[in-house]
Amino acid sequence: MGLLSSSVALMRYKVQGSLKEPMPDTVTEALKQNAFTEIEDEAAEKTVGWTSFQSPFKPEFDGSSFMFGTYIVFSMRIDKKSIPSKLVKKNYTEEAAKKLAETQREYLSRNEKLAIREQVLNALSLRIPAIPSIYDAMWNYEAGMVWFFSTQKAANEEFESLFSRSFKLALIRLFPYTMAQFGCDLSESQRDALNHLSPTRFAE
Amino acid sequence: MLDISVAYNRYKFLGYEFLTWLWFLIQEDPGEIRKADPELLSLDIGNRLVLENRIGESAEVITIKGDDAGLEEGILALKKGAVVTEMNLLYKSGDYEWRFTLKGDGLTMASLRTPDTGKVETKEDLEGAVLEKIYLREKAVNLTDSLFGQFIRLRISREWDKIMVSSIRQWIHSND
Repeated sequence: MGLLSSSVALMRYKVQGSLKEPMPDTVTEALKQNAFTEIEDEAAEKTVGWTSFQSPFKPEFDGSSFMFGTYIVFSMRIDKKSIPSKLVKKNYTEEAAKKLAETQREYLSRNEKLAIREQVLNALSLRIPAIPSIYDAMWNYEAGMVWFFSTQKAANEEFESLFSRSFKLALIRLFPYTMAQFGCDLSESQRDALNHLSPTRFAE
Repeated sequence: MLDISVAYNRYKFLGYEFLTWLWFLIQEDPGEIRKADPELLSLDIGNRLVLENRIGESAEVITIKGDDAGLEEGILALKKGAVVTEMNLLYKSGDYEWRFTLKGDGLTMASLRTPDTGKVETKEDLEGAVLEKIYLREKAVNLTDSLFGQFIRLRISREWDKIMVSSIRQWIHSND
């Protein structure tokens, strides 16, 4: 789901710290260094990296093309191979039968079974194309807020780790407790009161 | 501050209580919601409400769906001790309308629909379209943040236990 979609899911983050000035140059460098590159290792199951919002299949970060007004807009691309389990089972059964016939035995050892499974997965990985997914992100740098346009657990975890690795800044996911801590202008004593809250029972 | 994953699990009840309080405000005290947006025309429960009642290890989940669905089953679930875990909202401000779903545990937004914007036909249209979409989504985000801020300040005050909890209980049981 993307920033321009008619319906979106939104995970919000607070960013702690600031980038080296001039900020646009630092962002360009960080995005370039962690940009998506087409899978070189054809057997790799997954590849993750930044790409540009405007041309997600041809990353281009020069000329601060990621700046929209005061917002930094870019995308994360994940290419993932998904091998159907039924296909793995079919190929495994064929290979195991071949091995039994070759060795004229009735059973395979645990290690032999694992080796066949590994070999089947590797062979299928080379034949199956990776499916690309693009997730947009918007960074309001002045406010220290990031919106990530997905609430999928795996995509959020990839985003958090790629963001921290690229920009060397802490990204804090916003949920009730962190929203209260960072977004409600609470005093020290109010924060302390927050930490001591326990659930209310509305039913009598 | 607490470890983030500990804080997420320990305080997710705040999200459920926020949604329950919001439902109470929508029905009983809509004027209070206007503090969050002076241009507010209305805020209503939309086409989805999910409640959960944890009894020991098991959980009973009650889902109410549909544009004109009655919420009586939801009130009944509240009486039995359920909390609101998900709420779709229909927000009208000025001449425009937003729809979005808030999920209680993380207060993430799903199915966020803003008023219609112009189509992007040329490269030059793109920047304007991006800024407009961000602005429109910020309206829904700001409303949520502002209401949540109101809730949190109330929740940590004495007024919560002294007044609000009994008002919410009264509201739940006035629907007998």
